[in-house]
Amino acid sequence: MQWETVIGLEIHAQLATQSKIFSGSATTFGAEPNTQASLVDLGMPGTLPVLNAEAVRMACKFGLAIDAEIAPKNVFARKNYFYPDLPKGYQTSQMDHPIVGKGYLDITLEDGSTRRIGITRAHLEEDAGKSLHEDFHGMSGIDLNRAGTPLLEIVSEPDIRSAKEAVAYVKAIHALVRYLGICDGNMAEGSLRCDCNVSVRPKGQAEFGTRAEIKNVNSFRFIEKAINHEVQRQIELIEDGGKVVQETRLYDPNKDETRSMRSKEEANDYRYFPCPDLLPVVIEQSFLDEVRASLPELPVQKRERFEREFGLSAYDADVLAASRELADYFEQVNATCSDAKLAANWVMGELSSLLNKEALEIEQSPVSAEQLGGMILRIKDDTISGKIAKMVFEAMAAGEGSADEIIEKKGLKQVTDSGAIESMLDEVLAANAEQVEQYRASDEAKRGKMFGFFVGQAMKASKGKANPGQVNQLLKKKLEG
Amino acid sequence: MMKDSDMHNLTLAEIARNLAEKHFSAEELTRTLLARIEQLDPQLNAFISVTDELAIAQAKAADARRAAGENGTLLGAPIGHKDLFCTQGIRTSCGSKILDNFKAPYDATVVERLAAAGTVTLGKLNMDEFAMGSANESSYYGAVKNPWDLTRVPGGSSGGSAAAIAARLLPAATGTDTGGSIRQPAALTNLTGLKPTYGRVSRWGMVAYASSLDQGGPMARTAEDCALLLSAMAGFDAKDSTSVDQPLDDYLAALSQPLAGLRIGLPKEYFGAGLDPKISDAVMASVEELKKLGATVKEISLPNMQHAIPSYYVIAPAEASSNLSRFDGVRFGYRCENPVDLTDLYKRSRAEGFGDEVKRRIMVGTYALSAGYYDAYYLKAQKIRRLIKQDFVAAFEQVDVILGPTTPNLAWKLGEKNADPVSAYLEDIYTITANLAGIPGLAMPAGFIDGLPVGVQLLAPYFQEARLLNVAHQYQQVTDWHMRAPAGF
Repeated sequence: MQWETVIGLEIHAQLATQSKIFSGSATTFGAEPNTQASLVDLGMPGTLPVLNAEAVRMACKFGLAIDAEIAPKNVFARKNYFYPDLPKGYQTSQMDHPIVGKGYLDITLEDGSTRRIGITRAHLEEDAGKSLHEDFHGMSGIDLNRAGTPLLEIVSEPDIRSAKEAVAYVKAIHALVRYLGICDGNMAEGSLRCDCNVSVRPKGQAEFGTRAEIKNVNSFRFIEKAINHEVQRQIELIEDGGKVVQETRLYDPNKDETRSMRSKEEANDYRYFPCPDLLPVVIEQSFLDEVRASLPELPVQKRERFEREFGLSAYDADVLAASRELADYFEQVNATCSDAKLAANWVMGELSSLLNKEALEIEQSPVSAEQLGGMILRIKDDTISGKIAKMVFEAMAAGEGSADEIIEKKGLKQVTDSGAIESMLDEVLAANAEQVEQYRASDEAKRGKMFGFFVGQAMKASKGKANPGQVNQLLKKKLEG
Repeated sequence: MMKDSDMHNLTLAEIARNLAEKHFSAEELTRTLLARIEQLDPQLNAFISVTDELAIAQAKAADARRAAGENGTLLGAPIGHKDLFCTQGIRTSCGSKILDNFKAPYDATVVERLAAAGTVTLGKLNMDEFAMGSANESSYYGAVKNPWDLTRVPGGSSGGSAAAIAARLLPAATGTDTGGSIRQPAALTNLTGLKPTYGRVSRWGMVAYASSLDQGGPMARTAEDCALLLSAMAGFDAKDSTSVDQPLDDYLAALSQPLAGLRIGLPKEYFGAGLDPKISDAVMASVEELKKLGATVKEISLPNMQHAIPSYYVIAPAEASSNLSRFDGVRFGYRCENPVDLTDLYKRSRAEGFGDEVKRRIMVGTYALSAGYYDAYYLKAQKIRRLIKQDFVAAFEQVDVILGPTTPNLAWKLGEKNADPVSAYLEDIYTITANLAGIPGLAMPAGFIDGLPVGVQLLAPYFQEARLLNVAHQYQQVTDWHMRAPAGF
């Protein structure tokens, strides 16, 4: 049987506010346990929450960026359950009245095609603390530094049809929240976490199969692997005559498998009700207008502009627009050299492989955009060839200065004096008199092949510095007399 | 020089004059009252903690401030706090075993503001456990006795505050009112007590029972003293999102306004079945006094009042079930011995730490919020709440204040209603609507029946505390019920 996969994702993005969503405590990652937990975060009797306006602004930014309706009045609700790292015995979240309503995000797949993924809602809530089970000799430690960190939970429609699409979607959300400056996107530190709802159905069937939810998958690679594994598990289960049960599962990256955490029957009754300590949040149109005006150019808009303005391919534009920093770098290179295609090739080629090799972010690039742009200028004005440029690039990466300095210091300037090239070619031809004879005796087809040999010899003789165009032209003239 | 034997009879306003005229110092007054508490409180059980050291230190500081030229009306004024206002470094028990060992690391806004005004805290006052009750019998620290008859309850949940003031152990205290917990004990002990508009007094540091209904307020013998305390307690607090950012009225200045032309509404639903006819007579007598002062009277209707108690006993327990989840034995408060695992820790800490009435309301509230029951209970109760609010809005288009009995019955015998919680719940029938609607309400003394006090309740539109205090003060200028003291105190 042919199976179709149906995936919906819930992404928790930690908002990059200075302080927590309901208290004044700092939100810095990695502080000593419980040094960033105030009376409110500890759930002390008598304490009350005060909503952080910056979290509301960030949620609105996101809502506007996915073209969603922002609820003019949204309401915080309490989600009640007991857990040691949940100090109040409830999580303050949003249920019936989320701040961000229906929206969508267009994603680009590897083949360059795009798909529109619906976003059901996005709501604000507070993060819980962390339970630490190691190092306490049979007891558990609790760190409440994270408790109260603002989260935006972004819930997609079940519009995703493969693990690859899921990854593309998460990458698009990741790029978007980073563009908006509302989340640092650091998945290793848990700033962006993903729950995957996965089900399968026979191809052509309208209703959905029973879904399983895979909790807290924290890297692009694991999302793909966890979903693929889960899809396989469900298909095998059904084909063996079994039934998928609605449950929560955990993905174990070490074993590359998912395992059951709790079934639907064991699920909590969260007894949601509106939080009486917080007033409904009223969002004025004027506030939204102001937030809208503050939005940066978004990935989709940037991608389209790169295609339109610079004539880049859809693929190149997508790669370059994937992060704001990369896009900014590219634009800076282009601004220096005024050649978008060369700039794109160098950024996506040499620069990317350098960064990959050194495991660096674009912000940490040892070659600045100005340096790279300056080097491309020297390619364009024929000071250096593409081949020499790679040497210059490596020298720039090694910190040897600007392209001009390196070209000067190493004497890499291309030879364009035709007199000098001609005498060099004369020497080459003299040294290869036999081949010259053969060439001249050959037909057109054979000559084509042999011509490359002479070019190679000439470039070698000039240590790569002779202008290849001139070499070609002059060589042809000399050989064919 | 005033004799020690007289000081305890002074109101806050009188104390302020005496301190200003240096008839005695704040320290002398404090020591006198502390001695009196030590002597008399064993009969009443009004205090959970007596804070002698703090009181003496605060009194000395107040005297020093006065010597330096300050002359605030509350400078050196002795008060007590209901034991659910957090006080830094001092036990805040909420009348519960689960918080018996809890010393708050911070002061409630109300505590902080009153301390800044120069008040002297004599102690933390007994209360129904987590403010759940109308008799002050659910306290882990034992029942409080009514000074007017030691075999009777003082009302609740602010029963310790009420008994202590009525017995002249204190001139004034803070209370909280979720369904009548200031007004009902005030009525049963011959005091004046005010529940302000929801949002007028900060809830920061006031341990929550039902967050959308809880409101702190003053309890004292006179309306004037309530005005004094409220002026210092009330006002916007950025730490409480439900606190309202609206300037305070001048409560003291408003006291002296004449009542000519005041339109009083008498809701017919307040005088129906269930009301002790003698209380009805006393209430009507107070109406006659107010008429003499120039008020006019009109019968009105609050048609949804009959739904108030069922609505309250869904909303309040629902919120309580969530608010009290934090008492789990993990971070503070009571923890059971030798828990075998996390579930055991939760179950036994809470089972051993909470009393019966608290458990009853947590269970009711948990049920009301459960999947499948939420619409039938919680949502419906919220709809009723809106209707009750609308009743008041409509009524206040016709009248300036609403007047009626505070309670349907006089103080009852200790233990009398223990077997039947619903009969105790019904004692709040006249007070609960003000909490559901969020409007201010005041109880004031209006006579005695068989030696037991009767209270009249006044209700006013949102933020018109000044009007309530004004009416009560004018009434107290022509009556002396509020000045009467229980025998033996």
